[in-house]
This record gives sequence, structure tokens and C-alpha cells, in this order.
Amino acid sequence: MKEALVEKYFRPGRLPHIWCPGCGNGIVTAAMVQAIDREGLAKDDVALISGIGCSSRVSGYLDFNTANTVHGRALAIATGLKMARPSLTVLVASGDGDCSAIGGNHLIHAARRNIDLTLIVFNNNIYGMTGGQYSPLTPQGSRATTAPYQTIEPAFDITALARAAGATFTARATTYHTPLLTDLIAKAIRHKGFSIVEAVTACPTNYGRQNKMGNPGQMMEWQKDHAVMKAKWDTMTEDERAGKFPIGLLSERTDAVEYTAAYDEIIRRAQA
Amino acid sequence: MKKTFRFSGTGGQGLITAGIILAEAGLLDGQNAVQSQSYGPEARGGSSKAEVILADEPIHFARVTRPDTLLVMSQEAADKFARDCGPESLVITDSLFVQRVEGSGARRVDLPITRTANEACGKTLFANIVALGAVAGLTQCVSKEALKKAVLDRVPKGTEAANEKALEAGYTLAEKARQSA
Amino acid sequence: MARVLLMQGNQAVVEGAIAAGVRFYGGYPITPSTEIAEGMAKRLPQVGGKFMQTEDEIAGIAAVTGASLGGVIAMTATSGPGFSLKQEMLGFACSAEIPCLVVDVQRVGPSTGQPTSPSQGDVMQTRWGTHGDHWIIALSPASVPECFDLTRRAVALSETYRCPVILLMDEVVGHLRERIDLPDNYDDLPVVRRKVPAGAPEDYLAYQAKDGSLVAPMAPFGSGYRWHVTGLVHDETGFPKGTPAATVAQQDRLRKKLTDHLDDIVTVEEYRLDDAELAIVAFGGAARTAYDAIDLARAKGIRAGLFRPVTIWPFAEKEIRALAAKVRGILVHELNCGQYVREVERAVQGRVPVLAYSKYDNESATPEDLLAEIENAMKGGAGK
Repeated sequence: MKEALVEKYFRPGRLPHIWCPGCGNGIVTAAMVQAIDREGLAKDDVALISGIGCSSRVSGYLDFNTANTVHGRALAIATGLKMARPSLTVLVASGDGDCSAIGGNHLIHAARRNIDLTLIVFNNNIYGMTGGQYSPLTPQGSRATTAPYQTIEPAFDITALARAAGATFTARATTYHTPLLTDLIAKAIRHKGFSIVEAVTACPTNYGRQNKMGNPGQMMEWQKDHAVMKAKWDTMTEDERAGKFPIGLLSERTDAVEYTAAYDEIIRRAQA
Repeated sequence: MKKTFRFSGTGGQGLITAGIILAEAGLLDGQNAVQSQSYGPEARGGSSKAEVILADEPIHFARVTRPDTLLVMSQEAADKFARDCGPESLVITDSLFVQRVEGSGARRVDLPITRTANEACGKTLFANIVALGAVAGLTQCVSKEALKKAVLDRVPKGTEAANEKALEAGYTLAEKARQSA
Repeated sequence: MARVLLMQGNQAVVEGAIAAGVRFYGGYPITPSTEIAEGMAKRLPQVGGKFMQTEDEIAGIAAVTGASLGGVIAMTATSGPGFSLKQEMLGFACSAEIPCLVVDVQRVGPSTGQPTSPSQGDVMQTRWGTHGDHWIIALSPASVPECFDLTRRAVALSETYRCPVILLMDEVVGHLRERIDLPDNYDDLPVVRRKVPAGAPEDYLAYQAKDGSLVAPMAPFGSGYRWHVTGLVHDETGFPKGTPAATVAQQDRLRKKLTDHLDDIVTVEEYRLDDAELAIVAFGGAARTAYDAIDLARAKGIRAGLFRPVTIWPFAEKEIRALAAKVRGILVHELNCGQYVREVERAVQGRVPVLAYSKYDNESATPEDLLAEIENAMKGGAGK
């Protein structure tokens, strides 16, 4: 990332970050910053709400209106903030465990309401901060400290989950595909309604090591080899898709009313 | 001077509304008033209970333990609540539903409340307002003007005339009962 | 001008909240507090505010803290089981110093218990419900007019001291309909709002109080003062700092910002207490029984009086000590198995007998019930 962007968006004195060498969270953070910069948003007009976990520490590093809140609750807190200040651009940073396990209920309901929040899921397939326990996004058959034999639970496709719940913008990219990730976050911010961008990011320390994924470079290679652009994905057979996942803009709808706008109509009705 | 009321019967008879209206009439007359009710399983399908206290002085304890006036509009309510009355209490019963009142020694006035509602207004729905007229007529607990205003303020639009008729019919029942007593 | 109305306690909370400037409500329906949610759903949009029925109890208080960060006065309401669910977020609001109002209309518990029956079983949950050491303000109304007044007071305290405040209600008061003289126009009622920073944004530290009050100004998100909120132990900058010294400094300030202002926060009411030999300590719905029981006792020549804590927490320690110095005995009446009495005993330190009349059978005590307890107390230690 350009020095100028670091200077502009990172809080002085808050670095170095807590992330391990080889962690992909820094790449996702850089993509977020570049997307915000590209959208030309004033820092005063951006809020970044996070939950608890490695990735949720991102809110402390960036110079916006920020809150590192309570495990699982970032979306619910962001919902209240957006209702109070609809003019704010509200981003939510959440890990896979934070937003699909303990915060799963808030995820589906934020999506259902189509409230104008941009959720960036840092999906590293594991609870990293606490040392490598499995999450609802840990691939079935993986090892984790709480699955020493292997996980028997199927994983969510979190973008499909959000889509089914009503999210009007769903997308996925990896830390290998950073221009795409940046582009998708920028589009998600522009989208009026609930948007989710799943950022597939490596946790070499607590997922890679337990699952023999190799070094951070090899984990990025894995992303390159297993991610397929949406356009190509749509042409593939079930057999060809096995073990792979689509990236890109997965869905976008503009036919649903955004929640705060819908509530403004309620206010008009109540005051009529 | 404190006057205590308990309206009891079955959920759906409008007794809680009747209690609220009586309390509001009390306020219109410049009295203090409180109203409370039983909630929950008791209030659904089973017995329903609304209590009102009217007083010139401040009212603190708001539940009624020994009602001066007990209105019973079901046999179950009569069986359950009559024993809370004393000899000085007045028990008003709806003749359509209540056969026996035992265990109180209270004065009983048996009135065709629900039947009157049906005859005067064409619907048993108005029985609570007939009952209110009867209670007020027998006890003189609130002024007729205040009660009429409280009824009309509370009932749904378009039903004012029928409710006023129901209230009058209640007062008439009370008047007849006084004459025959 | 005032309107004379018959109003339910829960509705009076709604009106008090509107008058206090509450403009956001997030919550989940739960008996016996649901009328508050229903009332806010109707009233808030009328005044330009917003109501949300959230997916669960936790989201309710979470959205409230989010709205409060946005500079909007915000509240939620619940009952025992929901209050339990809100406790983690309540701790966050204490630590991050996010003002909000939480109403708990108590039911009989534990668990589903008796949702529609009177109880005061959450007294200790109110004090110690969230995790870790913390300090809290809780107020308990005993009448419908007081529901209106104390809701406004709770909001004012929350905004003044930048902390969550609990309005601890019970079913007796929440569902009671009673006379209230409601102002026609709330615009003339003072609304207390949190301090906001006035200086240059680059000088703003979100947890640094410069006026000696220990309460720092709080900038709404989006108002040009970018700052960071965390539930981690933090210093005056708002950023995590976990040193022993920073930890102690945060804890001490969170405590002292309340305990240095007890004279402002703690209010009690007395009734016929001047020459009393026996003091009844009762609050909320239980106090309503006590007024009448004291009149009955007085009529029998027993000099009893009422000490009613309006502020339940912080505990009226100084006032209870003073009470113990002038009466011969204290009888604590509460609708639970004996919670507040422990605190009274602790403060009295054995100076006079402290007796408990704990009622936990789903029903309010009648004045006659309490009179019997008063007579027993007078026969025992309190009357000698």
C-alpha cells in the first residue's frame, strides 16, 4: 500500500498491529482503505464497527469513527448507529466466528432488513485469537484445537446464507486477488442496502499449521488455485466445482427498499 | 372515603375496559382512582378480573382485598370471589351466568345484564357497559355525566350511540332493583 | 397546562422517555414490559425518533449503544430473562461509558417463572448482573407519576454521568393504572444531554475529563471528532492499555465518577418517619403496601415510618446509617427472598435489629399482612 494512504488512514502510534507474520488481515485492511479512498469518503463520515477477534482489532488502527465492541454484536451495534446517523457510511469488520457463530442471528436479520451496512467478513476459517478452535466457516474435515480428530460439521457458505436472508449485495474475494477485493469493497460501500464481502484470508499460525497448509506463501497459492471467477464458475459442472469456490460479485439486487429509508416513511406516516 | 370494586367474569366480557372506564369517570369527578387487573393465563379464556379503587385521599395499596362492590359475570367468578366479600359488600350478579353465590353473606342484586345488552343494543358485547350503568346506579360511586363521558371517550368510533343506550339500560336496571328492594 | 389521565405505569415510562428526549428504542417484546415497546413503537416516529423490534434481547441493547454512539438518547426495556441476556452489553456500556436507559420490569423468577406476577427478584442482578467489578445507577418508581419522573431522571443521570442507568420496575407499578397529571407540552421540560467536546478535534481525548468531574465529553460519531471505543481496558485516549496502572485508573474513575456524586444520585423518600421507632424499608410496588400498613400501625399507636429508597443503586449507605441511629429497628419489606435486606444489614452493622419481611408468593403483601409483621417486630427486638 502507498505510504500516503498509510499516512492518511492509519492512526499514528497504533501500529505495529497484533497480527502474526503471514496473516492476511493486513491485506484485507489495505483493500478496505483503498476502497474507502477510491470512494472519496471523508474520514469523519465513515464509521467502522468490529466485534471481537483478531480481525476485529482493525477498528483500532484506522482513523475513522471506530468501535471494537462485543463478541458477535458488531452488526447489531452498527444497526443502531446507522439508525441514529443514516448519513454515516457504516462498515462492519467481523471474523468468521464473530459473525457466523455468536453473531449469526444478527447477520441474518441485518441482511433481512436490508439496512445500509457494509460487512466485511475476514474469513480465516478459524478462531485465531484464542489459538485455533473451529468456527462455522471451518471446512468440514479440518483440524482445530477443539477438533483434534477432525471437524464433523459442514461449513456455512456465508455469502449464500446472507443472500438467502435478504442481503442485496454479496461478494467474495481472497487476499491473493487484492484488486478484486478492493473493487468489491468499493462497490459494496456504494450499494444502498445490506452488503457482505467475504474476504478469504490466511491464518498460517492457527489454521495453516494444524492443517498442513504450508507457509503463508503456499496458503496464498492455495487461494489462487481454488478460487474461480464467478463468470467461469457459472459455466462449470458440479464435478469441476468440487473443492473450489467462486469469487467476484455473486449477487446484487436494487429492488428492495433500504431499511432507514423505509423507516423515514414510517416517520412521515406517523406525523401525517 | 374509599370505595373498592372488583369486576369478574370470563376473558372477553370487557370487564377490564369497564374497570378502566370506571376509574376514568372517577378522575373526571375529581376523585383519585387506580385500576389493576389479573394478567396472564387467568385472563385468557379463564376467569378475568379488574379492580378499581376510588377515593378522595391518596391511594397507595392498589389491589382490592375486600370489595365493597363485586360484579360477577360467571359462575366460576362467583365461586372464586364471593368469599372475599363481607356482609357490608354488594354483589351484583348477571342472571344469565350466575346461579349460586355462597359464602359471603353479602347483599346480592341479580340483574339480567347480558340479556339486557342483547335486547337494548342487539349484541351481548355491550354487557360490560350495561354492567357499568348498573354498578353506578346502585352505588352512586361516580356521577352519571362523568361516566357517560368516560364511556364515550373510550369506546370505538361509530359505537357511541349503542354504548350510550347500553349505559342507560344499566341505570334502568339499577333503578328497578332499587324500587323492588 | 396538564392533562389529567388514567395511565398505566409502562405507558408513563414511554411518555417520560419521550419527554426526556429519548429518540431511539431497540428491544424485544417480553411480559410484563411489552407495553413499553408498543408505546415507543407508536410514539417515537411521531416525534421523529426511531423504534426497532430487534431479533433478540442482545441486539436490542446493542443497537441502543450504537445509537447512543451516534449521539441519540436511546433506551431499551425488558424483564428478568431478557435482562440476563443484556448483561454482557451492559458491561460494555459501563466500560466504554455509553449512556443508555435500560428498563427492567421484574417478574417472578428464575427462568420463565411467573411472567405476570409481582416480584422484585432482580435487585441483585441489577447491581451485579454484568461481569466484573462495575458501578451502576438504578432507580425504582413506586407510582405511575413517578414512572414518568424517574424515566426522565434516569435519562438525565445517564447523560450526566455517561453510563447506563437502570429503571428497576415491578409488575405492581408497571401494570397499574393511576392518575397522572401529564404536561400538555414536553418542550418546556428540561432535557439533560451529555457534554460534547468544544475544542479542536486533534486535542480531543474521549476519556479525558478536563473539568474535574471525571466525566469526559462524548462526541457523537460523525460529528468531526474521530475516536475509538473499546471494551478492553483503556486509558484516556480510548485505546487499549492493559498495564496494572491503567487498569486501576480506569476502575477507580468509573467508580468515583458515581461515588463522588452520591448526593446528586441518591434520593430517598420518607413517610411518617420523624418520630418513628420502627422504620420500614421498602421500594417500588412494595412501598405502596407500606404506606397503608404504616397508617394502620399508627392508628394502633405504633410509631412506624417508611424509608423508601428511590435510588436503589448506588445504595443509600449514609442515609441508612443515619436511619439506624434514630430508630429502634428496621423492617425490610421486599417482594423476593431477601436481597436488599442484606445490603441494609451490611450498612447498619448490627446497631439495631434488621428484620426481613420477604414475600415471594406471586402476590403483593396486603397492608394487613405487613401490619402483622410490624406488630411482630415491635413485640421482638424493635419495640424494646
